[in-house]
Amino acid sequence: MKLLIVDDSNVIRRAIAREIGSSRYEIRSAGNGTEALAVFDEFAPEIVTMDITMPELDGLSCVDAILNRRPDTKILVISALADKATAVEAIKRGAQGFLLKPFTAEMLHTELAELLAE
Amino acid sequence: MSEDDLKVFVHGAARFFSKISPTPAEVGTPFLRDESDRVMSDFSAVIGISGNQRGCVYYTAPRDMVQALAEIFGESDLSDDICADFVGEIANTISGNARLELGPGFLISVPVVIRGRAEDVHFPDDAPAFVIPISWTGHRSTLIICLSDQPHSRRMAAAQ
Repeated sequence: MKLLIVDDSNVIRRAIAREIGSSRYEIRSAGNGTEALAVFDEFAPEIVTMDITMPELDGLSCVDAILNRRPDTKILVISALADKATAVEAIKRGAQGFLLKPFTAEMLHTELAELLAE
Repeated sequence: MSEDDLKVFVHGAARFFSKISPTPAEVGTPFLRDESDRVMSDFSAVIGISGNQRGCVYYTAPRDMVQALAEIFGESDLSDDICADFVGEIANTISGNARLELGPGFLISVPVVIRGRAEDVHFPDDAPAFVIPISWTGHRSTLIICLSDQPHSRRMAAAQ
């Protein structure tokens, strides 16, 4: 299964990749929304983890662009923005899950399992 | 900026460390920054704030503390690039989490990271800068909150 990690923090991209593990997923990553769309078009992942606050193109706009390209993509938004309105907006735009930073490995695995079960 | 606003960041910093580390941080009482205070450390990140409030949030920490935090995070690369990135992520997370109490009108920028002990950092003139000391496993870092309410924000209207 192909998974794309989108976050402007290299530390977060690496942490998510470490936790998810490469045995189950083929993983690629991107540091902003613009780069994410380029990788998405070439890599065609089934799952995307998406930060919101990023340079160039923000995560919510990137969610729109990805779902316009392939509506069945499963997207887990992972963000530090803790207000309810942001999580609601992400789900309204078509993301299947929302995980608040900072998160534990257990929380990440739980969210991904729920995403895949849908 | 109200006392309650400062508490949001005090609690937010404590929550951040307790979430990523088995050892909680001791978050000290905020105090007003004096011009002569030299608070900037090896790695610093600034988040620009707009929307209902205007100003900035700084997080600054010494290299050994950032490396120790990165190790707990599972990171094996403890280079300066990783430390700079991680300090930016800490500032981003604490600022973003503040929206739980401050609401979606508290708009945050992407972090700008400064390496080295920058002493000529500019703080906005129209808002007081409060220093929040953070101690963790013998290391000391600092959160600096410099915010003013926007005149036409909903917060101001609600307070009047």
